[in-house]
Amino acid sequence: MKLPALNNKSERPAELNRREFFKSGAAVASVTLAPGVTLMAFGGEASANADPGKRWGMLIDVNKCSTDCNACVTACSEENGWKLDGNPETDPQWIRKIDLKHKETGREASLPMMCQHCEEPPCVDVCPTGASFKRVDGIVLVDKHICIGCRYCMMACPFKARSFVHEAVEDQKSNAPRGKGTVESCTLCVHRVDKGGTPACVESCSATGNGAMMFGDLNDPNSEIAQALKNYPSMGLRDDLRVNPGIRYTNL
Amino acid sequence: MDRTVYREVKPTPAIWLMAVIAAAFVGAAGLAVLYIEHHGHIVTGMNNQIVWGLPHVFAIFLIVAASGALNVASIASVFGKIENKPMARYSGLLSIALLAGGLAVLVLDLGRPDRLIVAMTTYNFTSIFAWNVILYNGFFAVVGAYLFVQMARNISPKVVRSVGTAAFVWRLALTTGTGSIFGWLVARPGYDAAIMAPLFIIMSFSFGLAFFILVLGTTFPMTGRYIGPNLVKRLGRLLGVFAVAVLYFTAIRHLTNLYAAEHADFEYFILFSGSIYTKLFWIGQVLIGGVIPAAMLLRHAENTTKGQVILASVLIIIGGFAHLYGIIIGGQAFPLEIFPMYEVTSTFADGQINGYTPTIYEWALGMGGVALAVMIAGMGVVALRILPMNLSDRNIDPTEPDF
Repeated sequence: MKLPALNNKSERPAELNRREFFKSGAAVASVTLAPGVTLMAFGGEASANADPGKRWGMLIDVNKCSTDCNACVTACSEENGWKLDGNPETDPQWIRKIDLKHKETGREASLPMMCQHCEEPPCVDVCPTGASFKRVDGIVLVDKHICIGCRYCMMACPFKARSFVHEAVEDQKSNAPRGKGTVESCTLCVHRVDKGGTPACVESCSATGNGAMMFGDLNDPNSEIAQALKNYPSMGLRDDLRVNPGIRYTNL
Repeated sequence: MDRTVYREVKPTPAIWLMAVIAAAFVGAAGLAVLYIEHHGHIVTGMNNQIVWGLPHVFAIFLIVAASGALNVASIASVFGKIENKPMARYSGLLSIALLAGGLAVLVLDLGRPDRLIVAMTTYNFTSIFAWNVILYNGFFAVVGAYLFVQMARNISPKVVRSVGTAAFVWRLALTTGTGSIFGWLVARPGYDAAIMAPLFIIMSFSFGLAFFILVLGTTFPMTGRYIGPNLVKRLGRLLGVFAVAVLYFTAIRHLTNLYAAEHADFEYFILFSGSIYTKLFWIGQVLIGGVIPAAMLLRHAENTTKGQVILASVLIIIGGFAHLYGIIIGGQAFPLEIFPMYEVTSTFADGQINGYTPTIYEWALGMGGVALAVMIAGMGVVALRILPMNLSDRNIDPTEPDF
């Protein structure tokens, strides 16, 4: 179903149909209970802010990514309120660093891995309730209101980009609601992007001076990222699956 | 041939004892669910690598066996084998009971079981899970109708046959859907194979019939009713053929994978690495669940005893669990191959064989599903005229000698 493109409240039509009313109901109730806190759970409201003309993506230069640098992971953790608690098997990891060593040549590399925001996301295909969804601007999210915690999306994701919330969470960030028993993953910092900003990981990578991560609109031919993709070779992970990830890698 | 007389089972002390034991297991499962829901899945052995664990092995076994348990009724109504007819009601009841037990485990393992209503009302039709919700619910309706037309008075045999055919087609669709949960997972080397759907169908034939024979073989003596050795022998022969068919489909699945270089590492992991999954495959699935029962049932089929058929059924059920454990857990234990030709390391277990040890809560939940199925079947035979008074060979087929 195409979600209504509502950019702000003044554009909201006078009469919502019943389905839309109920879909927005939880968010409205949450706001009333906690004024000043936007407890959007990436349902209708987060979708409403998406611009169908854009496709947000990232280009990661593996040569510029340092093995001992973890700035992107730390920044994401602080921005979105998830943390590693010493239980690597069950702790959430929205973004992680992967170290690579080629089996034949011995070449070593390091890169950040997160939700690849696929154009054809397998997690969205398999989600029974539609909680796993893709915005019109290409950002793949989980609607925490209708995720039933079946974990089928985690089975389907080719990149192991999703985590299941195994226990109660505390000190949540208002921009990244989380809930025990639901699945979560990188949101591409949708709350920043919708305000014209860039994801926290990209910002922190720039701050380190490495500048390995570039964020932008893949659909805008004049954007820095589109120009870089046009002029230099790059690849998406598991390109054989033709899911067309929004995250591209170069020098891998 | 006498007219088949169906009677409710009188609850004897033995049946009461079974009911109490089953209720205790169901109660333990309920407590386990409450505990998991309170603390989160952190108290289970499941993690971000092995996201589906032992409860899913139990749930999928029961769901697969449910459609297979309908075999006996289908053979009677759809394929006109009159000698199976007296068992058709029980076959239908057992299939409903097994499905209910399996689904209970599946939904109670959800991260948010309280949102079951969402799963029932919000569908994403590109998801085979969503289709399965419809297929599972529809199965209850279709098999329920099938039971009704069998048991109601003055229903034309043509109607029974039509409804039976609908149930048969539905159960094929249901098992196709269950197999496709794995067959359509494109990213994992252990899945992503079209053969999963037919493999699950033949698994359902085998596990479901084994379960049916086991329950029939124990219920009848418990209720003081007689079951003829030739009938059991005949069911056993069919079970032997199904066991061989499961072995065949399994061989094709692995041979196809072995031929593709990209799947070689996964096949090595399952078939040769010596891990728990290798042992489960060769000892559990192939030997205990396949070769031994097939030999027992087919080698001297004429001389097979009731006890041997029941023992072979038990072996097939054990092998079936091993088979599903290998598919479900083994398929996740093997790491995703995101970077072919690279050794990978990370804080998120990339490139590692993932470990999994189920906790007592998962065992309790899984066993509770089996107990729930037993309870439903038990209540069914006590409350309804499901079980025939006599399944002696002569009563079923007058050409058979009586014992």
